[in-house]
Amino acid sequence: MTNANKIEINEIEKKSEDNIKIVVENLSKNFSVKSLGEKKAKEFTALKDFNIQVKEGEFLTIVGPSGCGKSTLLDILAGLSKPSTGEVYIDNKLLKGPALDRGIVLQGYALLPWRTVRQNIEFGLEIKKTPKSERKAISDKFIGLVGLVGFEDRLPNELSGGMKQRVAIARALAYDPEVLLMDEPFGAVDAQTRDLLQDELLRIWEKTNKTIIFITHSIDEAVFLADRVVVMSGNSGEIKEILKVDLPRPRNVGDVRTSPGFNWIKHHVSELLHNNDENYKKKVVSNVDVAEAISPSTTI
Amino acid sequence: MSNDTEVIKKYKEKNFEVDVSEKKHTVEGSKIKGLRSLIQIFDKNILIVLLLVLWEVAPRVGLVDRVFLPPISEVFVAWFKLFQKGEMQAHIAASLIRAFSGFIIALLWAIPAGMLIGWFKRVSNIFTPVLELFRNTAALALFPVFILFLGIGEASKIGIVVYACSWPILLNTITAVKNVDPLLIKAALSMGVTNFQLFRKVIIPAAIPTMFVGIRLSGTTSILVLVAAEMIGAKAGLGYLIQYAQYSFLIPSMYAGIITISIIGFIINKILLHLESKYTAWKPKAENQ
Repeated sequence: MTNANKIEINEIEKKSEDNIKIVVENLSKNFSVKSLGEKKAKEFTALKDFNIQVKEGEFLTIVGPSGCGKSTLLDILAGLSKPSTGEVYIDNKLLKGPALDRGIVLQGYALLPWRTVRQNIEFGLEIKKTPKSERKAISDKFIGLVGLVGFEDRLPNELSGGMKQRVAIARALAYDPEVLLMDEPFGAVDAQTRDLLQDELLRIWEKTNKTIIFITHSIDEAVFLADRVVVMSGNSGEIKEILKVDLPRPRNVGDVRTSPGFNWIKHHVSELLHNNDENYKKKVVSNVDVAEAISPSTTI
Repeated sequence: MSNDTEVIKKYKEKNFEVDVSEKKHTVEGSKIKGLRSLIQIFDKNILIVLLLVLWEVAPRVGLVDRVFLPPISEVFVAWFKLFQKGEMQAHIAASLIRAFSGFIIALLWAIPAGMLIGWFKRVSNIFTPVLELFRNTAALALFPVFILFLGIGEASKIGIVVYACSWPILLNTITAVKNVDPLLIKAALSMGVTNFQLFRKVIIPAAIPTMFVGIRLSGTTSILVLVAAEMIGAKAGLGYLIQYAQYSFLIPSMYAGIITISIIGFIINKILLHLESKYTAWKPKAENQ
């Protein structure tokens, strides 16, 4: 048995025991937007009829063009914004507001600039009222996890973009939320750092088993990281399609990114985003090796 | 050997910009570095020294009227005499107490008020137009009003210091609170912080740099306004000393008072600058970005 097959089987076994972590039911969010020079405010729909169930420990990415409501969804999931209609349940409990069971990582890092790396990571622990004696051990653990040993006492303005984002991730993980919400976290770093951070994120995810909801507008990133990809439609805030990404894990940059399976899914997502619906309604992507679905000759 | 004489020659000829990077750890290099810091000390202090020399020589030589600008040596003599008699200390104490009291009272009310106004949008909309009006009035022009209401005693003087100091602190605090990075607030809110925690852990630390600019401005304003107020109506204090000395033609004492106020203002500014840099060390300075 090859390693790839072994991993697939383990995954299938895991799935049968999966709990549903997050349930989003009929979610809609409308904004009243008044432009300059207009008398009446217009209704702008950011999200419409959003329904999804996210399994525990799943890595879900949401991809879509700018302004399609992805960030609005994340705000609602974080409890920072109230939906116009619909509900969100986490662990079968109705979501009412922000809490320490979810962590958020934003594109702009949002590190408190007057606090050192360690103090930033301990911020959530202070809110959680973790006893002071335990805080150092926890922050040490996550500093090690994101690979910033030796930088504990630096201020954010002494760090590079990639390092700042690692601190943001460590801060979100430190108080042990079960769900991690990430809003284009790697959008502000350069391409090489981005690849590095993607690998590290997957490594951290595999170690900590959090449920991750990751927003991006990079199709490449969305497919590379995810178990499932939610493709949003351009202007109506609706889900276009949810695709399963059956590529084996762990995903190494070299192998996966050049594989036909990966590129087929990317192609699929790209066509969905560019509104070419007709082309893949012909093909149904299921648990079969996607390369085979295209043609047997592409299977390696 | 010849290389070194060349270097020193170039140094003496031109503008002291010598690359001593290779010579830093040699005897020659340290000599040049020593010369360099001497030059720097020279540059920093030469003008002050020249001015002092001028102040001493010009009256004696007749360049300025000796009656109106006595040589600085006479001023120093008067200065020491005032200290000997204990008068200078009394004036300094009176002025400092008034200025400090006014400054502290301004801090105590303007900072909380500024935070409230900055935080609640509607309150800010209501108050800001009036505040802008008050900020642009010359505080001293209102001193007669303070005298009418508070008399010619301590109250009116401290009152005007409070008035003059309040506006920079208040307005800067409002701006500081309004301009806290909303991303920081969002990140904190996502953890479910209470409003109190948000204020204590995010808003206040973020607001401190801008607040400090207002505080520092008020510090220097307090002395300025107080001295002027003392000139108008007081029986003690440095402003009174200057005015009284001028009326009584004790001109050296008058200058002694002026020098004292300048020194005090300088020290206060230095102290506040030091405090400011301590609490805003985390902010990247504009030049370094």
